[in-house]
Amino acid sequence: MTRSVRDQVAVVGVGCSQFGENWNLAPADMIVDAAYEAYEDAGIDDPQTRIEAVFTGSIYSQKGPHECSDALKLFGKPVTMVSNYCATGTDAFRCGVLAIAAGLYDTVLVVGYDKPKDRGVSGPSVMMNQVRDLPQTPAGWFSLCAATYFDKYGASREDLGRIAVKNHHNGTLAPKSFLKREITLDEHAEARMISWPFGLYDCAAQTDGAAAAVLTRADLARSFRADPILVKAVTVIAGPNPQKDPDNDFLSWKPTGWAATDAYRQAGIADPRREIQVAQLHDCFTLTELLSYEDLGFCAKGSAKEHIASGTFELGGELPVNTDGGLKTFGHPTGATGVRMIYENVLQLRGQAGPRQVPGAHLALSHNIGGHPTACGIAILGNC
Amino acid sequence: MPGLVSYGAYVPPTRLGFATIAGRPAAADATGPERAVAWADEDAVTMAVAAGTNALRDFDRAGVDALFFASTSYAYREKQAAALVAKALDLRRDLATADFAGSLRAGLGALRAAFDAVAAGSARRVLVVASDCRPAAPGSALERAFGDGAAAFLVGEDDAVAQLEAAHAVADEIVDVWRAEGDRFVHSWEERFVVQEGYTPVLVEALRGLLGKLALLGGGDGSDAATRACVYAPDARSLGAVAKASGLRREQLVDPLFGQLGNTGCAFAPMLLAAALETATPGERLLVAGYGDGAEALALRVTPQIEKLGARRGVSWHLARRRPVRRYDGYLRARGLDTREYDAPRDQGLSATIHFRERDDDISFRGQRCRRCRGLQFPIQRVCERCFAKDDFEPERLADRTGRVVTYTFDYFFPTPEPPTIVTVTEIDGARVHVQLVNARPEDVKIGLPVAFQFRRIHEVGGRPNYYWKAVPLDEGDR
Repeated sequence: MTRSVRDQVAVVGVGCSQFGENWNLAPADMIVDAAYEAYEDAGIDDPQTRIEAVFTGSIYSQKGPHECSDALKLFGKPVTMVSNYCATGTDAFRCGVLAIAAGLYDTVLVVGYDKPKDRGVSGPSVMMNQVRDLPQTPAGWFSLCAATYFDKYGASREDLGRIAVKNHHNGTLAPKSFLKREITLDEHAEARMISWPFGLYDCAAQTDGAAAAVLTRADLARSFRADPILVKAVTVIAGPNPQKDPDNDFLSWKPTGWAATDAYRQAGIADPRREIQVAQLHDCFTLTELLSYEDLGFCAKGSAKEHIASGTFELGGELPVNTDGGLKTFGHPTGATGVRMIYENVLQLRGQAGPRQVPGAHLALSHNIGGHPTACGIAILGNC
Repeated sequence: MPGLVSYGAYVPPTRLGFATIAGRPAAADATGPERAVAWADEDAVTMAVAAGTNALRDFDRAGVDALFFASTSYAYREKQAAALVAKALDLRRDLATADFAGSLRAGLGALRAAFDAVAAGSARRVLVVASDCRPAAPGSALERAFGDGAAAFLVGEDDAVAQLEAAHAVADEIVDVWRAEGDRFVHSWEERFVVQEGYTPVLVEALRGLLGKLALLGGGDGSDAATRACVYAPDARSLGAVAKASGLRREQLVDPLFGQLGNTGCAFAPMLLAAALETATPGERLLVAGYGDGAEALALRVTPQIEKLGARRGVSWHLARRRPVRRYDGYLRARGLDTREYDAPRDQGLSATIHFRERDDDISFRGQRCRRCRGLQFPIQRVCERCFAKDDFEPERLADRTGRVVTYTFDYFFPTPEPPTIVTVTEIDGARVHVQLVNARPEDVKIGLPVAFQFRRIHEVGGRPNYYWKAVPLDEGDR
């Protein structure tokens, strides 16, 4: 039997550190920045008493949950670390939601963080621990849908460029984003190639950062603040390794479709494009965002390029996507990203998103995709 | 007149007995001739920090305007040590720093530069640290002769315990002792040549020059009982020869600590000076002379302030605290001189055990066919990708098969001799393989391209060649 967490859990506090190449900040510094902002947002001034359990996520940390509990001095309570590639943040959030929905705790803290910029290299790691591991990068994994998709639906690098231009623009409107610089389609087209068809501006900015959320039982939420945000759905779904999956058509990433089906069932959503007002999608690469429009049911398979051209997903469009600049320009500290999306969606649903506010947003979706890709996480929040 | 305001020293407690070098394990309380040896976690920088800390004891760190670091054995070819030592000593950020390197007399050169800076008024107080940990080939004579250690001096005008009287330098070009780019160890020409043509005449020339300057100043000829000399020397006999030719009596020589400390390179003469200051009395004159591509000699007059300077941790304090190295092997490992090419296996990147258990997949390029659904798949796995049958497969070699490209990308990011790397997902009779395509240009690649497979090197993770199969466009004749 598959149940739903709908309306059982509320987000009553969110926080986010500055994202960027934070050479002078340790993971603990960013964890403290994010968590204490979330505490203040939730009106909590005695976290050691009020937080009953912690769910944290990171893929670069080798220190386990202790890194978070020691930074926040949250001892004598359960602290769990989650690792699920780029879906880590949403998975940590999901674990917190489930713990409350299961009736185990009233109030928990979720912290996603990562510190990739201590490694002395630009860009993501290439983990090679098997003989047959190709000298290849995440750009190489995610670009494998390009030749096939372009061939079948006639999309091009220019369609990808419009996504990059949009996310660069949105990033200029978010105070804690890393890159605050507009780009043009020409700059996108002329950027150096990373893994065809991805040039530099098709790739997310790898940064350091941390984000946090305080979750509580829905029936207790108003004791924290008058405008709690309710969790409508949360899910994380595993998929096959697309590189050896014998049935992969390389036109979509399977886990996103499966996760969307589960999340919409939980939230009771029938027509996502009409019912959802704002979405944060996993734009590790521009094509990943493009495929996700379709795999999440925002538009029909093969039609993304028309919606990109008409501005459906821009600020002011029918369904704005990546209002804070996304992974592309807000930055992508892997374990933090899913929680950063929750932070942005909570601001949007409270009407606190400033110049990037989507008017009247009441249902917001966030989406993480992780691995080669091999997992997808989705969280849907609502303000009523 | 500039002078020395304070001093300190450092000698590692670990001592390598000459008997141990000869192969006899030492008892924990072994005595006998020995040398000081920096342990695995020590080097020129750590010893400099220790000596500097001792020199700065009871002094205001904020009053230090410059730090000069001297060594021939610092770990980097490019990257300053003085800034690192200054940070470890928590000195001010607006600090002048410089490294003196490349010569055995770099220590006294740094000291002289500090005197000049103070005399010129560009700095009020300068910390000078000389530190050396010179690498000698195992089994060589230099291994026995060398020692590791550091000395530090706070140089200034006010409150000087010893004031500079005169200085004399000689520059001399000779190839006698050297460590060239890429050399692991210090090398030396034939010993008699080094002593007869290099060390002895050059050091005598410097000392005579210094004593001549002192005589002109009306300061005597150096032979008076109130003069002691701290003289760099490769061995006791050479030291005696230099003293005699310079007009110094043997009893005026500060003990060179042969058989206790060892030749600490550019820190040697400075350490002897620090040792002399421990027992110095007001009015006494100290000569200090260092050798290396010429020589540097300084004369200092001890002031009454010496009696006000609190106790320093100097050379004798450290020499009294010793811990004999038990086995020669332990010394070799501590100094990274043993013949192992790798450290512990954990950081070698690619696990030999992973390679071992995936040999069928990677080297033989075997997939498996499901006995239930008859589907071919790669790599070898326990549960069928299609029908979920468990452990019900027969192996099937893929290397001789042909395939077709399902999708591809061109990776420009990963460092390869000629980017891009062509990466494909290729299908072989229903099995999907993530595989490089070689013998092709990007413009040759298209969906559906027929390919065959060749055994190639794939990467050098772990510092070893790793082999796997790559796709190549199917030759026309094989289609």
